[in-house]
Amino acid sequence: MEKHISLPLTEEVAKTLHAGDSVYLTGTIYTSRDAGHKRMCEALAKGEKLPFDPTDATIYYVGPTPAKPGQVIGSAGPTTSGRMDAYAPTMMSVGARGMIGKGARLPEVVEAMKKYHGVYFGAIGGAGALLAKCIKKCELIAYEDLGAEALRKLYVEDMPLVVIIDSEGKNLYDEGKAAYLASQK
Amino acid sequence: MREIQAQQITDVVEKLCIEANQYLPEDIQGAIRRCRACEDWEIAQGVLDKIITNFEIAKEESVPICQDTGMACVFLEIGQDVHIAGGDLREAVDEGVRRGYDKGYLRKSVVKDPVRRGNTGDNTPAMLYTEIVPGEKIKVTVGPKGFGSENMSAIRMFKPSAGIEGIKDFILEVVETAGPNPCPPMVVGVGIGGTFDKCALLAKKALMRSTDERNPDPFYADLETEMLEKINKLGIGPQGFGGKTTALALNIETLPTHIAGMPCAVNINCHVTRHKTEVI
Repeated sequence: MEKHISLPLTEEVAKTLHAGDSVYLTGTIYTSRDAGHKRMCEALAKGEKLPFDPTDATIYYVGPTPAKPGQVIGSAGPTTSGRMDAYAPTMMSVGARGMIGKGARLPEVVEAMKKYHGVYFGAIGGAGALLAKCIKKCELIAYEDLGAEALRKLYVEDMPLVVIIDSEGKNLYDEGKAAYLASQK
Repeated sequence: MREIQAQQITDVVEKLCIEANQYLPEDIQGAIRRCRACEDWEIAQGVLDKIITNFEIAKEESVPICQDTGMACVFLEIGQDVHIAGGDLREAVDEGVRRGYDKGYLRKSVVKDPVRRGNTGDNTPAMLYTEIVPGEKIKVTVGPKGFGSENMSAIRMFKPSAGIEGIKDFILEVVETAGPNPCPPMVVGVGIGGTFDKCALLAKKALMRSTDERNPDPFYADLETEMLEKINKLGIGPQGFGGKTTALALNIETLPTHIAGMPCAVNINCHVTRHKTEVI
């Protein structure tokens, strides 16, 4: 199924997405990876506010290359999401709903997704030059000292993604592989 | 004795860092296109098409193929009749990396301490490997290595009784465990033999070899072919979404080893397997 989705990612929209769906995302997303997540979760533990409103927000696990003159952003493909597993349930507990990355997630992340109606999207790992094309605006909003890992606010248009894990916990990594193997029998 | 200025090494390393990150080697491009032609699973076809478009954009626009422009692995084969003048070799290589990652708008992905972290800000130090060889030239290879795939690599010290079957099972186990994480389709580098450290280096060197070349020993050439076929029956597919194309190639390098051991290292790389070489 091919779907065009406008952000923010409300619970209502999240429930319409299913593992294996091809999705084109348009709207505002936020970038963060290891060091940024660690800081955000430390801030939350201290009762502080996040640098952005997490309600229905989508976070892209990416550390882009520096923009060349004239570019909005450098190459910007996903990093391995599993390293954010320690932080993802906390982020969802304060309202964040969408995650964009690549690779497997732990069962506790999937449980949190079912509880909070989260969606895990896959972007094509290693396709940083292609994915940068759909990023139309980029603004650094916090943690500048982290360099590539700083928090950025992006505006994306028709970002090509695939739903890997949906809000019911269905997982394309399991189902896609099983379906392919069944087709070979 | 031929004299080579340290500055020349800096210049070559700078250039290779940029070019390796922007232009996918011909052998890898060819392997991706061949796999696309053989892939019959729809979602996998779509992923491979986007991967091809991506490396074409990177080449046309001179931008990094992937945002993980890696740790700079620099291999120097230094002729024994070369004298390096005008500076410290390690500093010459690091300066090349520093300039290449700055001028090429490449990501700085190196932290100064593995536990306490802290970005070095210029992607140094390089992971430098030197080897003394006959002759009066220096062969410089730069292979930027991303860590999504590096993290899925493994080494095991087998008993010799485990035999070839032990090695085959281990390779499949490492690839299966890696699953979608290392950005498949992967390139798999396998080292067999040597010592613990040399074995890991063999696996890394296997990733620097053209995927169009088979191991010169027919026994290992056959093993490369057999294991690639087995990996491509696992069903992981491009990006782990399912499909035939789980790996583009598998290269094996070997060394003699001890009577008591049979080390095997598997170094996983992604579809953006980068390396570029120049001889000074």
